[in-house]
Amino acid sequence: MAENKKPLLKAEDVSEVFGGLKAVADFNFYINRGELIGLIGPNGAGKTTIFNLITGVYVPTTGEILLDGESIVGQKPYEITQRGIARTFQNIRLFSELSVLDNVKIAYHCHVKYNLLETVLRMGRYFGEEDEITQESLKLLKIFKLDEHAHEVAKNLPYGAQRRLEIARALAAKPKLLLLDEPAAGMNPQETHELMEMIRWIRKQFDLTVLLIEHDMSLVMGICERIYVLEYGMIIAEGTPAEIQNNPEVIRAYLGTETVN
Amino acid sequence: MNSIRKRDLAMLIFGLILYGAIQGMISEKIIGSFWQLNIILICVNVIMAVSLNLINGYTGQFSLGHAGFMAVGAYVGVVATVNFQLPLIAALILGALCAGALGFLIGLPTLRLRGDYLAIATLGLGEIIRIVIMNIEYVGGAAGFKGIPHLTNFTWVFFTMLFTLFFIKNFVNSSHGRACIAIRENEIAAEAMGVNTTKYKVMAFTIGAAFAGIAGGLFAHQFYLISPNSFTFLSSFNYLIMVVLGGMGSITGSIAGAFVVTFISAALASFPEARMIIYALALILLMFYRPQGLFGYMEVTNFAPIKKLLDKISGNKGV
Repeated sequence: MAENKKPLLKAEDVSEVFGGLKAVADFNFYINRGELIGLIGPNGAGKTTIFNLITGVYVPTTGEILLDGESIVGQKPYEITQRGIARTFQNIRLFSELSVLDNVKIAYHCHVKYNLLETVLRMGRYFGEEDEITQESLKLLKIFKLDEHAHEVAKNLPYGAQRRLEIARALAAKPKLLLLDEPAAGMNPQETHELMEMIRWIRKQFDLTVLLIEHDMSLVMGICERIYVLEYGMIIAEGTPAEIQNNPEVIRAYLGTETVN
Repeated sequence: MNSIRKRDLAMLIFGLILYGAIQGMISEKIIGSFWQLNIILICVNVIMAVSLNLINGYTGQFSLGHAGFMAVGAYVGVVATVNFQLPLIAALILGALCAGALGFLIGLPTLRLRGDYLAIATLGLGEIIRIVIMNIEYVGGAAGFKGIPHLTNFTWVFFTMLFTLFFIKNFVNSSHGRACIAIRENEIAAEAMGVNTTKYKVMAFTIGAAFAGIAGGLFAHQFYLISPNSFTFLSSFNYLIMVVLGGMGSITGSIAGAFVVTFISAALASFPEARMIIYALALILLMFYRPQGLFGYMEVTNFAPIKKLLDKISGNKGV
């Protein structure tokens, strides 16, 4: 299929300048439909900034970001979500006082069709859609092994479960592209392993394209098909996990310069 | 789905029974005119508190100008009935539309502000509305609007209150309401989940303002005279206290808050010196021991025995 050849997301010469600081410089990359891509780099390299640029939290100083060949630069975060990009956050941002179920239900927001009148008078599409949202939310929670906690307050969940809930919530927005910002942060090796399996599984199940930022190399090397390495806002390497592991530039960026050989 | 309808019906029947009981006591003259007035005030204050709760409690936008919208509804209402001889229902609807429109116009620019800044801006706007009215001779200026027909009665306020409660309850328990709550909980995450935060903040503000307008219309037709001084910053503050006391984000809380505050003021009417002291003490104690308000985020329908009863009536099992 010709359509599959066109990248789902493409960034062309994207730069972001904060005052005198160039957080991201001439960033170029693409993600094909169905790929699972990793974005790695030392702390402060600009990885989260790139997420914020893609999701519309920041507007690039220069450059273009194309989703399905259409520019999304200058669109509001909610518009970009409606177009099919959902994300999780590095520092968990759940609706912490609400129940686990409500957290997920909120994310169905952009797919709800019933209007204000139907809401207030409780007629028309209201019941059907609300019912569907609840059922689908419960299904999602089951996938993430959160169904038993559906009526608990989100902030009372253990850390790992909160991270899973963030992913479940992002999926409820029915994205084409899922951005995961350090999904394994704070997880133990066992949990990380389970997360890895889960990411693989949901990608297949929901027909997703995934871009993830991660510091846990076992996860990145284990599931990513292609990896971009970022340092000081610039891409210093790109390739398969095996290529990245042996790339001298990457080793230098992570371990520091040394005149070996 | 049917179970939700049946629950609504159960609550409606409860409301009708309550109405019958109070109306009966009024006709039988068991309730005197002083308490009759206070019951009407309680209902008006419930409308004010619940609509303010939608803005402050559910959507998390700190507004301090609610009395301003009430004033708009009140003045538009009395002009409609006195100068244009319209019936009360038309006056209420006109008042709601004008207050809502003003809320929309004011909300659009001010809701970009957050927290304390928004509070100060809405506080200022409430005062501006009052001072503008004070300078319009057509509605009596500072002396107030005289000769208002006494059209409000218990039946009117009670059913308008019931309508308001159902409206806000249904709004809150929907995707639109969840969008508002999401904004309160975490604005950045709400936006990332596809919620148009500006739209929903303005929507909540507009709906809240419109209901304040309705409350204003009912309030005005209870008295012979209204003056701009009925809608000062202090009364805005009074409604805020009802919301905070009852619980930000609980409709039951707002009802309880409006009831408690109005009841205490009425009960202590004969000790005006002690009134403010007791009032202040009660608030301080509450904030110490129950900062989330009497109900927090809970509704009366969440409490185990009542929930069980409602589930039994509606035949709802689980979830």
